[in-house]
Amino acid sequence: MSKIISLVCGVIFGIGLTVSQMIDPAKVLGFLNIFGDWDPSLAFVMIGALIISSPFFHLFKNNNKPIFSEKFSYSQTKEINKKLIVGSSLFGAGWGLAGLCPGPAIASLALLNINSAIFVVTMFIGFYLVKLSEPTTQAR
Amino acid sequence: MNIVNFTPISAFLGGSLIGLAVIIFFVFNGRLIGISGIASNFLTSKDNRFDNFLFLVGLIIGPIVYKIFTQQEINITISNSVYLLAVAGLLVGAGTRIGGGCTSGHGISGIGRFSLRSIIATITFMIVGILTVLVKSLV
Repeated sequence: MSKIISLVCGVIFGIGLTVSQMIDPAKVLGFLNIFGDWDPSLAFVMIGALIISSPFFHLFKNNNKPIFSEKFSYSQTKEINKKLIVGSSLFGAGWGLAGLCPGPAIASLALLNINSAIFVVTMFIGFYLVKLSEPTTQAR
Repeated sequence: MNIVNFTPISAFLGGSLIGLAVIIFFVFNGRLIGISGIASNFLTSKDNRFDNFLFLVGLIIGPIVYKIFTQQEINITISNSVYLLAVAGLLVGAGTRIGGGCTSGHGISGIGRFSLRSIIATITFMIVGILTVLVKSLV
């Protein structure tokens, strides 16, 4: 059953990116262009996602176990360190350059766009390079 | 600052769907959605590999389902050189792994749990993203 849930959640997430137009890098770059022609839409995507999801995190986090899995498993790291800031900065730079982050980049492969494909391939190379350099890092 | 192309209703609706996916994944599978985590774990880890694969397949099916149901074209504009896209892809791939998350993992799943770490990560990548766009517009 967890397999069906994974597929369904991917589909819903992909539809959400399309409805909100976040699948379009031009829309994302519009949000980051605060000092020019600003498109605040992305903030409303986050507000919508947080309003729906946040109450449930707090309702369910004390439950013994998820419905189709033995236990909750996600990063409980609270550490705020140099890696967090450096990594997020590198990500921000790439995000600002192309207007693509991992979700929309992968979803836009559906449109058979060669530029998305180039981005996704190099993104996976980036994942792999970090994995090679830090074999014990737990990704989330 | 001029406000342009603002689409709050579709943004809010799409965001709600994203939130719905996040919460279903959490309540049923016990995991948090962070696309960079799911994608990189699919590449580098045996744990939950098939689940991660199916999620990514679903993510690509999503826009196709939208297109079938609404009969609307999905238009995207990527106006960068191949070289710049490759650099951006490397930065996003490496940066999200070093920083432990992306827009979804930190920005939604993390902030939704009131994680200070994720709030700081989100503020950081937004500021750097904004500055990058500013610098691009100047050169």
